[in-house]
Amino acid sequence: MTQVRSTTPGLFPVPDWAKDELANLKGRQKGGLVSGDESAEISDAYDRAREEVVGLQTDAGLDLVVEGQLRWDDMLTHPLAVADAVETRGIVRYFDNNNFYREPVVTGDLAATGDVATDLEATAELTDESLNAVLPGPYTLSQLATDEHYGDESAFLSALAEFLAGEAEAFPEVETLFLLEPSLLESPPGDGADERASEAIDTVAQATDADVVAHTYWESHRGDGGIDEKVYAHLMDADVDAVGFDFVANHEDNAYVISEYGAKDDIALGIVDGQNTLVEEPSEIAERVEWTLDNAHGVDFETAYATINTPTFYLPSGRFEEKLAALGAVERTEVTA
Amino acid sequence: MTDRPADNREQFRPADHDNDHFLLTSVVGSYKKPKWLDRARELYEDDADNFGDTEWEEAKDDAARLITEEHERAGLDTVVDGEMRRTEMVEYFAERIEGYEFNGRVKVWGHNYFNKPSVAENVEYGEQWLVDEFEFTDSVADRPVKVPITGPYTLANWTFNEAYEDDEALAYDLAELVNEEIEQLVDAGARYIQIDEPALATTPDDHAIVGECLERIVEDIPEEVRIGLHVCYGDYSRIYPEVLDYPIDELDLELTNGDYEQIDVFTEPEFTLDLALGVVDNHTAEVESVEEIKDNIRQGLKVVPPEQLTISPDCGLKLLPREKAYAKMENMVTAAREVEAELDAGEIDVPAAGETASADD
Repeated sequence: MTQVRSTTPGLFPVPDWAKDELANLKGRQKGGLVSGDESAEISDAYDRAREEVVGLQTDAGLDLVVEGQLRWDDMLTHPLAVADAVETRGIVRYFDNNNFYREPVVTGDLAATGDVATDLEATAELTDESLNAVLPGPYTLSQLATDEHYGDESAFLSALAEFLAGEAEAFPEVETLFLLEPSLLESPPGDGADERASEAIDTVAQATDADVVAHTYWESHRGDGGIDEKVYAHLMDADVDAVGFDFVANHEDNAYVISEYGAKDDIALGIVDGQNTLVEEPSEIAERVEWTLDNAHGVDFETAYATINTPTFYLPSGRFEEKLAALGAVERTEVTA
Repeated sequence: MTDRPADNREQFRPADHDNDHFLLTSVVGSYKKPKWLDRARELYEDDADNFGDTEWEEAKDDAARLITEEHERAGLDTVVDGEMRRTEMVEYFAERIEGYEFNGRVKVWGHNYFNKPSVAENVEYGEQWLVDEFEFTDSVADRPVKVPITGPYTLANWTFNEAYEDDEALAYDLAELVNEEIEQLVDAGARYIQIDEPALATTPDDHAIVGECLERIVEDIPEEVRIGLHVCYGDYSRIYPEVLDYPIDELDLELTNGDYEQIDVFTEPEFTLDLALGVVDNHTAEVESVEEIKDNIRQGLKVVPPEQLTISPDCGLKLLPREKAYAKMENMVTAAREVEAELDAGEIDVPAAGETASADD
């Protein structure tokens, strides 16, 4: 019997009132974005916004609450943007989306800042529910950042892994840690790099007692849809508790690699669509959970994290809230698999 | 069947242009709205007493006139009304196309948001989009008016597609609507159309889709109508040289933001379109000096000879305070005119022309 736990991969949309309030405080240009030393007024606005999104999750009945990462102006690269030895330069496109982030350029030895830990501590004050921490995976971070210090790809990836491990070590007690690794599909590592990507994830996973989920999403742009088989095979060597899959983008291929290569004891099921505004019914979400568990032949999972497939910062707040509510309602619906 | 690039640049050379060389100066389009216009919108949307349709139309006319004249004062050869009537580049059009619905704002970057619409059913031409806007701007402008229009690929890509099988099918339907709009604009006298396709920089596999959209868009549009394509913020090596096959006259690119790191992408093979080169950064309030901008213009001469070079900001200026935006445009025009004079005098190398003129020639 698989235990189904509901959660999300974080990076929530900023509540509408806070969009306006923060735009007024920070401006709309590159220079005003979060650097780690915000004014008291800005911090206060973020505190109130965090309280709101934590409340939304507990009201929805989600099992694992995330901080929401509303301060992450630069989406996945935020931990670098607030670190010393990193310059944030021009804005660059975020994958193939209509979103942009400041290019983080690493110019010296990286050291963890505790920025993410501080926000998680603030979250722990707001709820008694278990927490799910969210960080970029080291491979994805290496794809989004620019290195002007470490000199080669392999050294840069290791340094990023150590940096993220340092952030994770500083966390308060969290039940799970989602490492977001869309680049494993978006720009899959080739020979050698695939093994190093797995080792880097391992480095971060070793740094925490939490259950670690290497969460992948979107579709492969190079392969034929799902995660590259060789990349997945290497990922299975990492000491993580679960791999996460985007079953919205591609359910057949993902089910295939699980059946073909096996899986970890736990799994994250991206079964609510974070990329469009159609709100799923709880029964529909429950069916998707059931389908994925039925089609992972030969694998009995201990825990399945039912989650939104991707971060949700790109959804209108209203629809995002409806999707949270639908996901939270799933548990109260029968999942028989 | 029209043949592009076509020879349609000279019509924009002002009668009183001082230099033999002519670097066509322009803007991408959007401009910061005056505070009073935002206030007027609030009054209108709040159903305030004494502020109805007539007052709101008058406010928009005033703003459009103000910004058009501001563009002219900066010395631009072709002007836009700063898109004063438009909310946002996808939103504005989606409001006019049947089949779209709105569910709220989404983040683009930092604290910049747009009302990302959802396509809930097949799209159809609703009310006119830009003809009234063009006719008004044209009536108040002394210089030729450029009309920016969001391209179908971007309109398809930057919406939640919840009705069509895929974005390609949606983009083709939208391309027919864009073609219909441009035909009306041309009938109204428009001679310079800029298709904005920022989404093109994002998905290399979709070049062919954008090309197919453009074929539909320019069908039966006469060659004297200049067709530009604006693309920004992407890895241009993924779309070059494929873009050279598009049925357009000019490709407009953001390059200042990345400090011209990508300029070499366009030197091989030969750039056969006109290049509209971004020479000021629209995401920083620091006003580039005339000298800096002249250096940037020289970057463009690595790619095309002056006869094919248009000078423009990286992208729309709407996020900049008006005085900064104006100062950037003014310096940009001064820089272009100085470079023209230096070209006339044979003082500038034009690598793209294979010439190596020098000061003592």
